This record gives sequence, C-alpha cells and structure tokens, in this order.
Amino acid sequence: MYNALGVSVQGGQATVETASQFQPFFPGLIILLPLIGFLINGALALRHAQASASAVRLGGELDLGDHLPPTHTLPSYVAPGVMLVAFLIASVNFARMFSVELHDPHVIEYWTWIATGAFTVKAAIQLDQLSILMTMIVTGVGFLIHVFSVGYMRDDAGYPRYFSYLNLFIFFMLVLVMGASYPLMFVGWEGVGLCSYLLIGFWFSDREKSDAGKKAFIVNRIGDFGFLIAMFLLFGMFGTLDFVPLFSQAANLEYGSGLVTAVTLFLFLGAAGKSAQIPLYVWLPDAMAGPTPVSALIHAATMVTAGVYLVVRSSVLYALSPIASATVAGVGVLTALFAATIALKQNDIKKVLAYSTVSQLGYMFVGVGVGAYATGIFHLMTHAFFKALLFLGAGAVIHSMHHSLHRTNNHQDPQDMRNMGGLRAFMPITWGTMWVATFAISGIWPFAGFFSKDEIIWQTAAFGGAAKAPYPMLYQVYWVIALVAAILTAFYMTRMMVMTFHGASRTGVEEVKHLHESPPVMWIPLIALAFFSVVAGWINVPEALRETFIGLGPLTSEWLHHWLEPITEQAHHIQELNLGEVAEQAPFGGGEVTWALVSTTLALVTVLASFQFLRRRNVKVAAEDTELSGFSKVLYNKWYVDEIYDRLIVQPLIKSSRFCWKVIDARVIDGVVNGVGWTARALGFVVSMFQTGTVNMYAFVLTIGALIILGVSVF
Amino acid sequence: MITEALVLSAMIFVLGTFGVLVRRNAIIMFLCIELQLNAVNLAFIAFSRLMGIDGQVFVFFVMTVAAAEAAVGLAIIISVFRHYKTVNVDNFKLLRW
Repeated sequence: MYNALGVSVQGGQATVETASQFQPFFPGLIILLPLIGFLINGALALRHAQASASAVRLGGELDLGDHLPPTHTLPSYVAPGVMLVAFLIASVNFARMFSVELHDPHVIEYWTWIATGAFTVKAAIQLDQLSILMTMIVTGVGFLIHVFSVGYMRDDAGYPRYFSYLNLFIFFMLVLVMGASYPLMFVGWEGVGLCSYLLIGFWFSDREKSDAGKKAFIVNRIGDFGFLIAMFLLFGMFGTLDFVPLFSQAANLEYGSGLVTAVTLFLFLGAAGKSAQIPLYVWLPDAMAGPTPVSALIHAATMVTAGVYLVVRSSVLYALSPIASATVAGVGVLTALFAATIALKQNDIKKVLAYSTVSQLGYMFVGVGVGAYATGIFHLMTHAFFKALLFLGAGAVIHSMHHSLHRTNNHQDPQDMRNMGGLRAFMPITWGTMWVATFAISGIWPFAGFFSKDEIIWQTAAFGGAAKAPYPMLYQVYWVIALVAAILTAFYMTRMMVMTFHGASRTGVEEVKHLHESPPVMWIPLIALAFFSVVAGWINVPEALRETFIGLGPLTSEWLHHWLEPITEQAHHIQELNLGEVAEQAPFGGGEVTWALVSTTLALVTVLASFQFLRRRNVKVAAEDTELSGFSKVLYNKWYVDEIYDRLIVQPLIKSSRFCWKVIDARVIDGVVNGVGWTARALGFVVSMFQTGTVNMYAFVLTIGALIILGVSVF
Repeated sequence: MITEALVLSAMIFVLGTFGVLVRRNAIIMFLCIELQLNAVNLAFIAFSRLMGIDGQVFVFFVMTVAAAEAAVGLAIIISVFRHYKTVNVDNFKLLRW
C-alpha cells in the first residue's frame, strides 16, 4: 500500500492513526447551507407570489420596473453566497483530508433516521476522497452557475422561486454524494429528480415545458425502480445498507455470482435512468425546456453524473460481476455513438449540447465499465467544467438573441442556430471561452478533455487485452466505437461553433443592432470555467505520457488515481486477482502514447477540416430552410426513437389504461358494486311483500316457524 | 296424574292458538293469547311436581308479564277503537311497506 508520497504504510495500524488525525471542518454545514438558502429564497418566493397575486386581483400585473423589490435583490446575494461558503468549507475539508492522507472513510452520524427491527438507517454523512471530490465539483461549479444565473434570470418574474429550487437542488445533490448509505443516497437521488422536474417545468404555463418535466420525472421512475430492487437485494444479502460494512462484506462474495450480477444490473438501471443512457436517455434532450443555467447545472455538470457516481461508489460489486461491467461499458459506448450521431443534425443549440452530454455520459460509463473507476470520475470532473461552460455560453448566446428578437418583435426561435451566424463579432468573450470548451470536449491536447476522454478510450483497449479478460473481442469493438464517437464529437461541436459564431450573420439587419456581449456577472463564470477546462486535465497525466514527453515538469502523474485509491483499491484487487494485469498494448498500433497521439491528431484534424468545410457552407435561416431527406432526416428526427417509444410503450399504455378505466373500472368494478346494491334492494323488495299488515297472517307464520323449529329440534 | 294435566294444558294451548289464528276481533285474539299463557302455566305447575319449585316461580313471572301485557295491550286496543270505532284487525293495515 502506497500513499501519494510513495511512502509505504503498514496496513491497519497506520490507517487507524490517520483516521483519528483527520479533523473534519463543519462538514454538516456544507449540506445545511444550501438548505438555509432554499428556506430564505423560498420565503421570498412566497412573498413575491402574494404580491403579484394581489396586483392581479387589483386588475394589473406586478411591474418590477427599474427598482427591483427585495424579493428580487436578496436572492442574488443569498443563493450564490451560501454556495460560496459551502464551497470554501468543502475546500478546507479537502485540504485537511489531503494533508493527513486519510485512508478509511470518515463517517459522521447525526441521528437515527429509521429504526425497524433489523433494519436501521442512520442520518450519517461519509467523508472520503470520492465524496469530497464530488462535493467540491457540485459546490464549485454550482457556485459559478448561480452567479451566472443572477445575470441570466434577472428579468424573470419567478426570480426568487428559481433560486429557491436551485438551492434545494444543491442540498439534495450533496445528500446524494455525502450520504453514508444507499437509502440516504436514494433520498438525494429522488430529491434531485424532484428539483429537476421543478426546474425543467419552471415556465410551467407553457404546456410543452411542463410536459418535458413530467417526461423526465416518469422516465426516471423506471430507473428508480431498479435502484429500489437493488437495495432490497443488497439488504437481503448483507443485512445492512451502510457503505462501510456493506463493502467490507462484499469482498467475500463469489466472483461473478448471479446475485451480484442481478444487484449491479438493477443498480445500473437506476444509473441509466438518472444519467440518461440507452434506453432511458429520452428525457434529457427534452429537459432543455428549462432555463439554460439549469441545463448547465443539473443536466450537464451534476445530477446526470449521479449514475457514474453510483457505479464508482459500488465499484466493489461491479468488479465482482464481469457481465454487469460489460453491460455498463456496452450501454455506455452505444449511447456515446448513438447520441453523437443525433447531435450531428440538430439545429437547436441546446439540443446539440444535450445529445453531446448524453454521449459524454456514455464515455464515463465506458470508463467505469472497464474497471477504470477513477478515470470515469476524472471525465465526470472535466466534463462538469467544459460542459457547464458550453451550456452557460449557449445561455449567453440565447440571452443575447432573445433580447434582440424581443426588441424587434421578431418571433423566431432564439435557440435555432440557423438564425445565428457571425456572433463572434458581438460576443467575443463567449466565443473564445466556448472554443476552449470545444477543444476540451473534442479531446485536443492540452485541454482537459484530452486527458480524461483519451484515458477512457485507452483503458477500454487495455482492459480487452488483459490476460484473462472476459469477452476480449467485445472490448475491441467497444474501443473502435469509442474512437469513432470521439471523431463525431469533434465534428458536431465544430458545426455548432461555426453555425453560431462564424460565417455571415443570419439574424436579420434590424436584429443585429441589438446583439450584445453579456454583463460581467455572466462572463466571469465563463472565464473561470474556461480556466478549469484548460488545466483540470493536468491533475491526472498518465504515467506513460509523462515518461515519454519531458517538460511536464514537477507535476505528479496520475494524481487523481492515487487520490481515489482508497475507494477503488478493493475493486482493483478483485479485478487483478480474477483477470490479471491489463494490457500495455492496444490490439493493433502500439501503446498508450501512440494512441493518445493518434486520437488527439484525429480530433484536431476533424476540427480543422470541418471548420474549413462548414465555414464555406451556406446555411439557410430557419424560416426558409427546406426539409431534410434520407439519412439526414432520420438523424434530424433522432432516429425516431421518441416515435418508436410512443408506438411501443406510450400508446399501448394509454390504451390499456383506457381499457382499465372504461371496461375494468367503469363496467366490471362499478358493475359488481352496483350489482350488490341492486340485488339487496331486489331481495328486500320481495321480502317486504310479506308485510301485509294482516295480524293473523303474522301469527300464522309465527306458528309455522315455531312448529318447524320444534320439529327440527325433536327429530 | 301428570299426563292428564299435560294433555289438558296442550288442549288449552291449541285452543288458544287456533283462536289467535282464525279470529279477527282484537279482544278475542288477546284473550286467546292469555289462554296460551295459562296453558303454559299449567304445564309449569304440572312439571314442578316432579322437578321442584322452579316451575312455580316461573309461573309468577309469567303472570306478572301477562298482567303488564294486558295493561299495555288493552290500552292499545282502546285507543285503536277510539280511532276506528272497531276492533276488527282486518282494518288495521295502514303500517305496511
């Protein structure tokens, strides 16, 4: 066992020592602060709702004017403020953890949440290398997006409501990543789903947008069902759902046993729902109906990566099941390719980014599916930076477009890239930062995405070449698909950039005059994210690259791998024991360095070539554009997956529900209930005929009855 | 001895029952019910010779209840008579379904 400094540490004794040395710095406050922010902003939102309701009652509308009421000024400080403090506290904890080289997870129990017989769940948070890293990403990127939102949502009537939801989301996201057991994680899991629903349908008066929210919620329920089943199975197997005891017991399980495979596959169903993987990815593109910063925060940087976090958290279980791991990688690589093909033909700037997110999430699952858990988290982190940047940049573009179209009473879609073009001249900062993100996502050295994505692709090849690798051929196929999808990524991102920022302006003569760069409150977060999009990759430079190229200086290679070792070492141990060492060479064409060069060159060539090609292309504005034909049309219509789902699942479901309603409920069930009543009334009517009012008849019947009873009792 | 008493009791009882079933006059029917009760009383007395004092005690109860019943029953019949000017039960068919 080696720590980051390369000093050998003696097993148990040393870890006990380090665990006692780690002094957490108000970790509960990290979770609590966004909740406080939610309560304050929520109260302001309610106050604002009352004010506008009474304004409507008086026959007008609440006019915000130039002097914004406190309900619209306070959230600007409260919401990003709590995020900043939470981030700083998380950083202090990170620094302390870093300096004492914590090994065992540090669990802090607050109170007993559920206590029923053998099943107890404690409200406890777990501080370890993974959770603190996720906390830093969530609060750090979250803070920048909160700041951006202050500018983006400034004129929106629902301003305080927006920030209360956003804070609530962060609260649940932190519960998800810091919770010390599966049930607690599930609380966060459901909570972020709720906030996602609320924020997608933020402009709920628009039917389409509220429908998109419902779609996200319902599709996620399918995944949650898998998560729940997996929790039941785990409880049945181990009698506990707390991470620490569960994973220490899990190591004793038989390799590749059916039960572990079932658990991990069910968990992956949950992950596929939350992280928008085939077949449950359909909600994410529709989720773009929400405000753009929401897309950046929830549907790119944080919530959708929860599935990856779940798999890494359960890495011991996944390492035990080669079938489940192959499924995870397979679904991931298919999603990466499939979503990338759809992104090629989308005209809505946010739709391109949405499919790009689905595709990149696919890459993360490839990483964790081939046992490179730290690499998956690495890509999660770099992706959080550059994708948040892309979304915020798109938000700035939409903001500017919306203003110019609004001022000129033009009813064109402000998100349609066919109406943009040449925006570079008006928004130079947005243009520059978005190009940085494009280079990063395309995997071009030295931007962050290069290190993370290339490592995933390399690990796929290396895993397939392991001595006792299960299905080696399959992993070679995965590897090739991942390479193809990487080239597609470079292409569609360049296409988006060219259509938006380059070429001639298609916005309209009058409209162009109103285009403008965003205010500083919006472009400063862009600069910050662009900085991280450049440097974040350097924390995890592969050993092989560092050895080959001199000049990387004193930087530690594979720092993130070493940092996450306490989390992943058990899984890696299982993997090494059963599969042997991973390969040093790809199936063909050399080792890691060669392929890193090849893939970055391919990406760069694709970007340059498609830039040259697309720049000359004549794009028609949306209103005059002709309908596509052939394969382009299939891609434009997203392979008709929504239509297929509609035919195969939604319509039969609606029909069977209608059947249940009209026939089973209205006829059968109501029929039985009404029938019972009717029968009782009919019988009563018949019997009531005996009440003739004739006293003698009564007496006669009484006598007959008495005689019968007498007869029965005697004989 | 007991046989005779029981036969007499049974005869009186059947007579009473018959009267209740066939007559229409409320007073007569009422008297027939008294006849039934007294037939039962006779049977109780007869059996008490064999089985101890319990039967005789029971007879007292029956008589008490019969007295109460007579008071209530006759009161009802009188008020019905005041209303209808008749005590023929065939006329009292108002309370039906």
